[in-house]
Amino acid sequence: MAVNDALAGTHKIQEEAAAQRHGQLMPLLNDFSQELTTLNLGPTHPATHGIFQNILQMDGERIVSGVPTIGYIHRAFEKIAERRPFYQITTLTDRMNYCSSPINNLGWHMTVEKLLGVTVPKRAQYMRVIMMELARIADHLICNSILGVDTGAFTGFLYVFQEREKIYEIYEEVCGARLTTNMGRVGGMERDFTPVAIQKLRDWLKTFPVVMKEFEAMFNRNRIFMDRVVNVGPISAEKALSYGFTGPNLRAAGVDYDVRVMNPYSSYEDFEFDIPVGTNGDTYDRFIVRNEEIWQSLRIINQALDNLPEGPYHADAPHYYLPAKPEVYKNMEALIYHFKIVMGEIDAPVGEVYHAVEGGNGELGFYLVSDGGRTPYRLHFRRPCFIYYQAYPEMAVGTTLSDAIVILSSMNVIAGELDA
Amino acid sequence: MNPQESAAAPEAPVAEDPIKAQNAQVLALLHRLAGEAAFTDVAEPYGLLTATTTRERIHEIIAGLQQDQELKFHFLTTLCGINYPENEGKELGIIYHLHSLTKNIRLRLKIFFPIADPVVPTITDLYNAANWLERETFDFYGVIFTGHPNLIRILNVEDMDYHPMRKEYPLEDGTREDKTDLFFGR
Repeated sequence: MAVNDALAGTHKIQEEAAAQRHGQLMPLLNDFSQELTTLNLGPTHPATHGIFQNILQMDGERIVSGVPTIGYIHRAFEKIAERRPFYQITTLTDRMNYCSSPINNLGWHMTVEKLLGVTVPKRAQYMRVIMMELARIADHLICNSILGVDTGAFTGFLYVFQEREKIYEIYEEVCGARLTTNMGRVGGMERDFTPVAIQKLRDWLKTFPVVMKEFEAMFNRNRIFMDRVVNVGPISAEKALSYGFTGPNLRAAGVDYDVRVMNPYSSYEDFEFDIPVGTNGDTYDRFIVRNEEIWQSLRIINQALDNLPEGPYHADAPHYYLPAKPEVYKNMEALIYHFKIVMGEIDAPVGEVYHAVEGGNGELGFYLVSDGGRTPYRLHFRRPCFIYYQAYPEMAVGTTLSDAIVILSSMNVIAGELDA
Repeated sequence: MNPQESAAAPEAPVAEDPIKAQNAQVLALLHRLAGEAAFTDVAEPYGLLTATTTRERIHEIIAGLQQDQELKFHFLTTLCGINYPENEGKELGIIYHLHSLTKNIRLRLKIFFPIADPVVPTITDLYNAANWLERETFDFYGVIFTGHPNLIRILNVEDMDYHPMRKEYPLEDGTREDKTDLFFGR
């Protein structure tokens, strides 16, 4: 039943596409256009890197139309969030873009801080910047190295995965977890960077650029790779904006929109970095923009680490920030605050706030409506890849199946974020 | 106006004046587009201009914002539904977040309408991004977007017969007694 419905949609899109192309040169459809093949790309296909389906109509190797089906791992986060105290929502954000959980976590904390009116000390802001940029590097590394795998170059993937592993070790040292980090707290970070964490970070900052140079040397001017990605799946800036593209995908199309610069948060205005932009928004541009962003993120991390201010790593906000555990045992106020926070008895102001951070793949927004209760009245996640993945059929139509895989890979669609 | 705003936004950004000026500019544009009477509940919570209008006017207002040569609201940041069961006749709402990338101004527009008649004009003709967002809102709240090209469920299964984000569907069974907490009353 579901497949038939989806096919009805396919035929409709196909008819519309034919109607649109009416009178134009149609290189895709030949006289055998009635004999189309239906191909299920997904839901569990190794090249989709996540569970989502595309029902493609193929004319030989050419894609005539595609209908994406999503929602395979929909977990109703927006509904669940309506019953959770603010501090319990980080675990939901973890599982959205699980390639860069810290950005999701800290973005959520910043949203709550904005609602509560808590100012986070500089040191915590810099620590957050370091963690968020590490997450961005990890996210981009996965996306770009998997793009390599999808074009047949497995080596680069293994090179950088070792480095991603080291990033995860730094996460582990900072917050105790690796993938779903649950990092930070409302009001700051949960603990200071340990000397080991700083040492690991410094070591990694020395070794990673070498590997990254190697990775770039392997791909950037590689004839075989370029033949596979240059001019594949281009999207114009106007189209990209209309489709709600953000992040590297939008910048590859030539629009220099970056939330870190447009609406700086967490002291991003203190750092010197460039926004790389592409020209024609094809797969190669997206790849190069991500690579360049990795270098810019490294610049930011270096600056933040060198100028890491001394001071507290969390705000003095006892109503929202859990007191230190030894204090709870000895100090009555600390025990009361601990109890109130854990039981979700904090008072939140009535209001609504939209806060956006630059996530791994675009503007990650949190729209929080608070009615003063212990949980959000409504929480809406602006998930970048949910919004830009709509453009995929349009980008894939007319290309071959192998190109469609590469386009999908270069868009960095993360199933957890797509379905939320 | 000023004291109310500062009350609504206790922690507004330090650079408040340029944001106020920008918001005033956008508000002037809104008034020019649809008249002052079309907007109610104008506020600036946390520096983001918010206005409530009606579903009859929303399409022309957003189209006007998009076509405005100076502010160019070319970017639909997001769109989501909301449900207030206590508001008679205005149970459901849609909240649009628009962004002018050239001037870096964000704008929030809201519309409210009765749950018995959840029909709203689509804005998919203005922004391609609205397509899936409206499908999501239909899926979650059952809002019918007239003119939408393909208004079917997107995240939930197609044979679901209710719209789960409405407040009438609590997350847990309300008749359960083992979870009630006498001391904290939830």
